Amino acid sequence: MNGRAQIGGIRSSFAPWEDPAAKPLVRFEGVSRAFGDTAAVRSVDLSIYEGEFFALLGPSGCGKTTLMRLLAGFESPDAGRILLEGRDISSCPPHQRPIHMMFQAYALFPHLSVAGNIAFGLKRQGVPRTEIGPRVEEMLSLMKLEGLGGRRPDQLSGGQRQRVALARALAPRPRILLLDEPMAALDRKLREETQFELMAVQQSLGMTFMIVTHDQDEAMVVADRIAIMRAGEIVQIGRPAEIYETPVDRYVAGFVGDVNLFEGRAEADPAGVRVVSPEGSFVAEGVATPGQTAWLAVRPEKIAVHAEPPPPGENCLAGKIVDYGYLGDWTTYLVEVETGRTLRAARANATRSVDRPLGCDDPVWLTFAPSSAVILTR
Amino acid sequence: MRRGGSGLAAALPLLWLAVFFAFPFMLVGRLSLSDTALSIPPYTPRIDWNQGIAGLQTFARGLDIEAYARLISDTLYLDAWLSSLRLAGIATVLLLIIGYPIAYGISRCPPALRQALVMAVILPFWTSFLIRIYAWIAILKPAGVLNIALGALGLPPVDILNTEIAVLLGLVYAYLPFMVLPLYAVLDRQDHSLIEAAQDLGATPFSAFWRVTFPLSLSGAAAGALLCFIPMSGEFVIPDLLGGSETLMLGRVIWTEFFANRDWPAASAVAIALLATLLVPILLFERQQKQVIA
Repeated sequence: MNGRAQIGGIRSSFAPWEDPAAKPLVRFEGVSRAFGDTAAVRSVDLSIYEGEFFALLGPSGCGKTTLMRLLAGFESPDAGRILLEGRDISSCPPHQRPIHMMFQAYALFPHLSVAGNIAFGLKRQGVPRTEIGPRVEEMLSLMKLEGLGGRRPDQLSGGQRQRVALARALAPRPRILLLDEPMAALDRKLREETQFELMAVQQSLGMTFMIVTHDQDEAMVVADRIAIMRAGEIVQIGRPAEIYETPVDRYVAGFVGDVNLFEGRAEADPAGVRVVSPEGSFVAEGVATPGQTAWLAVRPEKIAVHAEPPPPGENCLAGKIVDYGYLGDWTTYLVEVETGRTLRAARANATRSVDRPLGCDDPVWLTFAPSSAVILTR
Repeated sequence: MRRGGSGLAAALPLLWLAVFFAFPFMLVGRLSLSDTALSIPPYTPRIDWNQGIAGLQTFARGLDIEAYARLISDTLYLDAWLSSLRLAGIATVLLLIIGYPIAYGISRCPPALRQALVMAVILPFWTSFLIRIYAWIAILKPAGVLNIALGALGLPPVDILNTEIAVLLGLVYAYLPFMVLPLYAVLDRQDHSLIEAAQDLGATPFSAFWRVTFPLSLSGAAAGALLCFIPMSGEFVIPDLLGGSETLMLGRVIWTEFFANRDWPAASAVAIALLATLLVPILLFERQQKQVIA
């Protein structure tokens, strides 16, 4: 597959965005779009590379859908330009762009059969009749829809409709495929299966995918890179692990996964930065100007929960369990500390502990390593 | 409780249909099987209720299909029947051609304007139907509005009142809302993302209309066509006021038989024959409506 290593679904050696000589497939340059007084997209700069699976992640109303529609051609930018392989396509109507979209509610043509839907884009492209049949069959087998070509969309299950929508958008071989909340209508189990199938399809075709989603888990699973959006702007772009482990600000830290934040004054420390907060003084790796307000962020699973007092050291808090949630693989504890604040700590249930050792009102001690936490200044 | 309630709900339309459709229909059906007579009312046989069952038997023996036999033997009825269907058919085609762009245009307007335009389509109903048709006489008559306007433009006058053209004008004018509204309903309901999907897959705006919008609006076109064709076939007022003596339509034939010739059985037979003919499009309409719901 283009010589990329694939380890456990993550292509660790695929990083064209780190290569200054690499030419992006799609480039947004200072793109803005407003609806009335509301700026949906504000001066966005973004590069997407050939073969990438790119996710736009953000809450509803953050402008991610508008950004996708700008690329599809359903909106035109008020300012800035959009380049596809170096060519400005800002004023190009949607039907002339080699970019196809899988719509959120699929938008399958109800009066056409499954095969008719898949052939729609091929016919508009002027693919010869003799080629259309085999290409449709190829898509049907790729999407595991063999034998369903003659059905109408309303005779299919939700999962099958989703595959047809994907097949229809992929059949004309777009330069980039846009996916607008593709799994919103599927139940959890099916969604997880579909995420992996989507990645497999993207890899086997070597195509560029851009997905819009508000579901952080989905973005983390499928994407090579994620762009986090807020109020029309891109806040951070990076690999899922970068976004999760080194968020640029409190918004990103809180949007992707759970986080405990300690707010306080920053002080210099040999191990990094010390934050003096009402809950105590804690040390983490990072950069901050001494004296400024900073936040120490630590994820629940990086906090160790002890039933006995640990030996004295840095980054330790005492408290008691006020609630816990047993999730099978994980148990999440809500621990109230002396200031009355409740912190979240998660523990992997690595052994079968049917007679759960920790429960409500049990006193516990929480510790975390300075390298497990990050310092945020925004 | 629930069952009783729904039973009552079903009983109301059934009662309505029984009183205002089934019973009058039986009366007309019985009239069509009677013979004319110089009496009041002008037909035989009549039921003598005093004789009980025997009276009913005498009555039943008096019924015959003579009126229907006349419908077939006299070409006047066949001509009127063909002429009605032909005029209603032409008017339906014209209505589709005129109504579709109107409905499509309204459905593509901004929502606030859409409401106003739908209102404008319905607005003529606020004036009496008869007055509106009389207004067409004023427009089309030899010294009417149309010819004054043509004269002002230096064009020769036209004499179209009392012709089939005037009847078609009147039909198209009067039935336009019944064509526009069902078409508008399907076009307005159409998922806009389908058009976007078509354009996204390389369809030009016209091609997206032709391959997606148009085929998906055919159910509305069928509903509008049947909604117009069925009553137009039996239309009486428009051909009577705007059509000349040579315009034969079944509505007028029924009126003439009933009021001028006092031949109630013939009038009833024509009415039943018309209904039987219209049963085909009515059943088509029913089937099409079921498909829309499914």
